[in-house]
Amino acid sequence: MSSSSYYVPEQSRWPILASVALFLLAYGAGTLLNALSAEQGGGLGLVLLLAGALMMGLILVGWFGNVIHESRGGLYSAQMDRSFRWGMSWFIFSEVMFFAAFFGALFYVRVLAVPWLGGEGDKGVSQMLWPDFVAQWPLMITPDAERFPGPAAVISPWHIPLLNTCLLVTSSFTLTLAHKALLRDARMQVRRWLFVTIVLGVVFIGFQAYEYAEAYHELGLTLQAGVYGATFFILTGFHGLHVTLGTLMLMIILGRIVVGHFDSRQHFGFEAVAWYWHFVDVVWIGLFLFVYVL
Amino acid sequence: MSTLDTTLHADAHEHHGPAKGMGRWLFTTNHKDIGSMYLWFSLLMFFVGGCMALMIRAELFQPGLQLIEPGFFNQMTTMHGLIMVFGAVMPAFVGLANWMVPMMIGAPDMALPRMNNWSFWILPFAFAMLISTLFMEGGAPNFGWTFYAPLSTTYAPPSVTYFIFAIHMMGISSIMGAINIIATILNMRAPGMTMMKLPLFCWTWLITAFLLIAVMPVLAGVVTMMLMDIHFGTSFFDAGGGGDPVLFQHVFWFFGHPEVYIMILPAFGIISQIIPTFARKRLFGYASMVYATASIAVLSFLVWAHHMFTVGIPLAGELFFMYATMLIAVPTGVKVFNWVATMFRGSMTFETPMLFALAFVVLFTIGGFSGLMLAIAPVDFQYHDTYFVVAHFHYVLVPGAIFSIMAGVYYWLPKWTGHMLDERMGKLHFWLSFIGVNITFFPMHFIGLAGMPRRIPDYALQFADFNMVASIGAFLFGLSQLIFLWNVIACVRGGRKAEARAWEGAEGLEWEIPSPAPYHTFATPPQLPESLR
Amino acid sequence: MGWKIIKTIGSGLGLTVYTATASAAWEVNLTPGVTDVSRSVFDLHMTIFWICVAIALVVFGVMFWSIFHHRKSRGAKAHHFHENTMVEVIWTIIPIIILVAMAVPATATLVQMYDTSEAELDVQITGYQWKWRYDYLDHELNFFSNLSTPRDQISNEADKQEHYLLEVDRHLVLPVETKIRFLLTSNDVIHSWWVPALAVKKDAIPGFINEAWTVINEPGIYRGQCAELCGKDHGFMPVVIEAVSKDDFNQWLADARVAEQAEAAAAERVWTLDELMQQGEQVYLRACAACHLPNGAGVPGAFPALKGSAVALGDVAAHIDIVLNGKSGTAMQAFRDQLSATELAAVITYERNAWGNSLGEAVSPAQIARLLTPSTGEAEQ
Ligand code: HEA
Ligand code: HEA
Ligand code: HEC
Ligand code: CUA
Ligand SMILES: [Cu+2]
Repeated sequence: MSSSSYYVPEQSRWPILASVALFLLAYGAGTLLNALSAEQGGGLGLVLLLAGALMMGLILVGWFGNVIHESRGGLYSAQMDRSFRWGMSWFIFSEVMFFAAFFGALFYVRVLAVPWLGGEGDKGVSQMLWPDFVAQWPLMITPDAERFPGPAAVISPWHIPLLNTCLLVTSSFTLTLAHKALLRDARMQVRRWLFVTIVLGVVFIGFQAYEYAEAYHELGLTLQAGVYGATFFILTGFHGLHVTLGTLMLMIILGRIVVGHFDSRQHFGFEAVAWYWHFVDVVWIGLFLFVYVL
Repeated sequence: MSTLDTTLHADAHEHHGPAKGMGRWLFTTNHKDIGSMYLWFSLLMFFVGGCMALMIRAELFQPGLQLIEPGFFNQMTTMHGLIMVFGAVMPAFVGLANWMVPMMIGAPDMALPRMNNWSFWILPFAFAMLISTLFMEGGAPNFGWTFYAPLSTTYAPPSVTYFIFAIHMMGISSIMGAINIIATILNMRAPGMTMMKLPLFCWTWLITAFLLIAVMPVLAGVVTMMLMDIHFGTSFFDAGGGGDPVLFQHVFWFFGHPEVYIMILPAFGIISQIIPTFARKRLFGYASMVYATASIAVLSFLVWAHHMFTVGIPLAGELFFMYATMLIAVPTGVKVFNWVATMFRGSMTFETPMLFALAFVVLFTIGGFSGLMLAIAPVDFQYHDTYFVVAHFHYVLVPGAIFSIMAGVYYWLPKWTGHMLDERMGKLHFWLSFIGVNITFFPMHFIGLAGMPRRIPDYALQFADFNMVASIGAFLFGLSQLIFLWNVIACVRGGRKAEARAWEGAEGLEWEIPSPAPYHTFATPPQLPESLR
Repeated sequence: MGWKIIKTIGSGLGLTVYTATASAAWEVNLTPGVTDVSRSVFDLHMTIFWICVAIALVVFGVMFWSIFHHRKSRGAKAHHFHENTMVEVIWTIIPIIILVAMAVPATATLVQMYDTSEAELDVQITGYQWKWRYDYLDHELNFFSNLSTPRDQISNEADKQEHYLLEVDRHLVLPVETKIRFLLTSNDVIHSWWVPALAVKKDAIPGFINEAWTVINEPGIYRGQCAELCGKDHGFMPVVIEAVSKDDFNQWLADARVAEQAEAAAAERVWTLDELMQQGEQVYLRACAACHLPNGAGVPGAFPALKGSAVALGDVAAHIDIVLNGKSGTAMQAFRDQLSATELAAVITYERNAWGNSLGEAVSPAQIARLLTPSTGEAEQ
């Protein structure tokens, strides 16, 4: 193993700009949400939010642009590559823990809170407060059905969700095929398989959007539909957001392949996105099992 | 690893000094600059949070409402806790890591220098947002630093939305900082610096960083659920929809308990550097220190509900969390015994860093003992949410975390500034702090046991006298910190020249390079000194 | 006994700056309490405390020995020993043994505390911002218990009395030598009901019920406080228990019912505007001023002003509705079960005629009483 000295980048404007952008995003989102909840127009908040988002977008392009430029300029050693790998792995671990919080919440309400409210288990006396409530999962009738009218029906796992599962699992395979192709420097194949992966991702998102529309308009399964709706949407929602992000990143990678970036030896950018995609896939399997099927 | 080739890239920029003007700080990628910014930021936050504590203590000086309204008192308590935890202690440790980890392991910088700068610069914005809530209609967050739902959701002031986003920003900053530290320690060690030769400060930080990455996302998750309950009508924490307010507490404390170890493990690391130096003797049990740290980290994920003994968790759960919590005393004890064994038959001197380290050992242990008492669930029914708890956590946090930070700063100041510190002023600072901290927090054990709940702006007459004592102590302790500020500034500006090895007994790579450390160190991986080979 | 030592040290710390007025003010320890459970808890506390003291003496003893004898200025030379498996195993095992020794009695006490079976009396306790409601489930009796310390004592305009902040308008009266089960819940945020003398502290959580129990051994008055941050006046919601003999308890139950009927009768008579305003002011200060402030100005962003409020000056039905039924999801609670018809009429009248709100009209108690009858009783959920 050999390496030249570690590359320490020059001064950079991106971090401070990104902090400003993040601040605008956060402050704007806060202002907007507060205005909406107080039923006032959210003009200022929206402007800040959009400005922050735009700025953040530009910064990411610029920042990653720099990194790509440096990488292609041959400034990065094997050691640098390892730093990136550690960085990405631990980032994904942090995402795992983020989802773990929501899965934990789901298990808690299913296994403990709802049964207690329905008179079962250690805190079953709680039912005194909700004499008519019967514990069940999915939770179709909430304890306080007036404030949180439960859903009329829930989504069957064996239609769209099953299809979506197939789509995502397949996409993980096609992405692996793309990776294998890259290792052989078979660039046309890389393109083809990447393209297929992206299409699968987009179709998944489309189905998911369709399912949401159905849930809202046909089934009465909404955010306000009690804790079933809450856990359903927070888990599938954040997952969907991650798929969207992953698809975007795959598109960028495809673009980079097209313009000739990456080769069989150096393609960490590709791998990082692939890791991310597989992670999102695994989360889906968890969702499919615990949110839809069981 | 050992054959790491050391050919230097003949890069013209390698050995230049810092840039001029504000740009140096805004755009920097240098771990020493970033470390300094973290440390100054933390000091500022310590003073801001401290002033809030003084406001609390002034109101509690006597029974009756004198200075501030109950609503504002709650805002002070909340902001004090949040600012001290997220603004003072955590950034201080990250600052120390930034300065010292690369120098201790022989790395040219942190693994991801630009991200490093971003981690820092998010903080001032996050805290600006948090503090700005004080001026909003309805006031700042007033639900305690633990922000239990539904007080923090349905019943919260509108500023809670900004609070949530501020927490998100702090979380992003912490996670990136932690990733950087892990990548640096795992990947940037000089040839021959094997894991079991790592200085303990690096080891404790490695494990702390792991804790951070594991639990900050959980905090982000719980505030996101709050946000949904507040603005989107979900019912995570509302029984009416099938949720449970206690769910909030479980998720919060799953983050919250590891969080308190995040605030103490780096402290253990600092103390484990300092005591051997001034005892002029190797740390008694290096390997067992490493294993103890790891055990504490693992156990910290299994004890969260000891903050919730009174919320009515089923008996089996209660017992499990009680036993698991008690177990933490074992690895922590291993650490304390190791420090004592290191001093035993050493050749000790008592410069300022050592004084703070010794006070740490004694006072942290006292705080640990009260922690153990709290861990006994049936008795915690009497202690919970009283000043006994406040006494416990200030003993582990103020003469614990804060003293360790001060010890670390005094210890490494010569390396940073090239000047020795004025020992007389240092000792003055130490003794005033030591006396002040005990006058402030020791009586809180008594008023807690006698029955005074925490988070109250006014209290019954039987608590009056000790409260007055505590308030006087708080002002003494607080004002003594001005000496610290003075010391640091004086040391930056001048003083006796420090040698490379500023302290006689100091070992480690950081003491092999000149004082002050050059702007860039270890552009090529160094040879390890004799003691580490 | 032992804690006298601490007491001395503690007083020593304080003495330099302050001379104690009352010895009670230097209280330094838990109370042993008046129940069997509270005694076991106290004993457990003392045992663990002494164990910790003993460990501290050993550890700090060695440490200070080294500090004095192994210092460089005394010519000490460092002895370079390290890593000794034997020692390390010992100092891992001994703490484990000590911990097990602590865990055994702790487990026993905890199991006992969790046994709520075979209670002879059920009392439901509901936390409200910032008062307690007590429901004697087997006796169809319920009432609220508010802080009764006068405001001028809190604002330092009058001398503070002995039970400053620990006194309420209606005590929770309980029989001694009876196993009482408490069913705790809350109407709004989380509160925690705590009486040190009973060693009972349990959170009151909205939507859920927690159980606790006690058997009080001695008659007396026992005071406690809310122990979970519950908003602005968390410091002002004490608990006062009056433990009496079983006979006295039954007598008290009977009296309480008679008093309730008298209340109801009062609603039937005709009240003048002045009378209502007078009573209304008292009720307002007791029940509403905590949020809407004594001068009706409210707290912007948290509690609306009633002075000049559209509701207080508008349609009387809407005004009555919000006071009787509250507004769910906000701090404005339903007062229909908290106040009598007369009190409700009085306070609404007061709000419509005080601080420059001058509609000149009175809301009659009888009118309110009619609104209350259809749905009196429990089960408002
Ligand atoms: C740096 C921070 C820090 C640290 C290190 C600790 C350490 C410990 N804490 Fe503490 N704790 C807090 C910060 C910290 N805590 C905070 C902030 C809160 C309050 C949060 C809030 O509600 O706002 C809190 C609250 C808290 C509670 C909840 C109390 C309540 O609300 O009712 C409990 C209960 O079990 C507890 C226990 C412990 C234990 C057992 C340890 C152990 O790790 C201590 C172990 C150490 C020792 C025991 C001493 C050394 C050991 C020996 C010398 C060996 C021999 C000893 C024996 C065999 C006894 N802590
Ligand atoms: C690391 C964390 C940390 C630190 C260092 C401190 C430090 C202090 N704390 Fe803090 N405290 C907490 C963490 C911490 N605290 C937490 C988590 C809570 C719980 C919050 C909650 O309940 O939600 C709490 C709660 C808490 C309470 C209970 C409040 C209540 O229950 O209502 C009290 C009361 O005395 C208190 C006091 C103090 C005091 C006197 C200090 C002193 O040590 C502070 C000393 C420092 C100074 C006084 C600053 C000195 C500077 C100057 C004087 C110079 C000024 C100059 C300029 C402005 C230029 N704290
Ligand atoms: C714990 C706090 C609290 C207490 C005690 C309280 N209120 Fe309120 N009150 C509120 C809040 C909060 C609102 C605003 C509700 C909303 O968002 O519409 C409110 C609204 C009102 C309104 C409507 C005002 C308007 O302009 O919208 C009236 C009238 C009122 N309260 C009367 C009373 C009376 C009478 C009492 C005592 C018997 C009382 N309140 C006690 C918190 C309280
Ligand atoms: Cu109710 Cu605190
Ligand atoms: Cu804890």
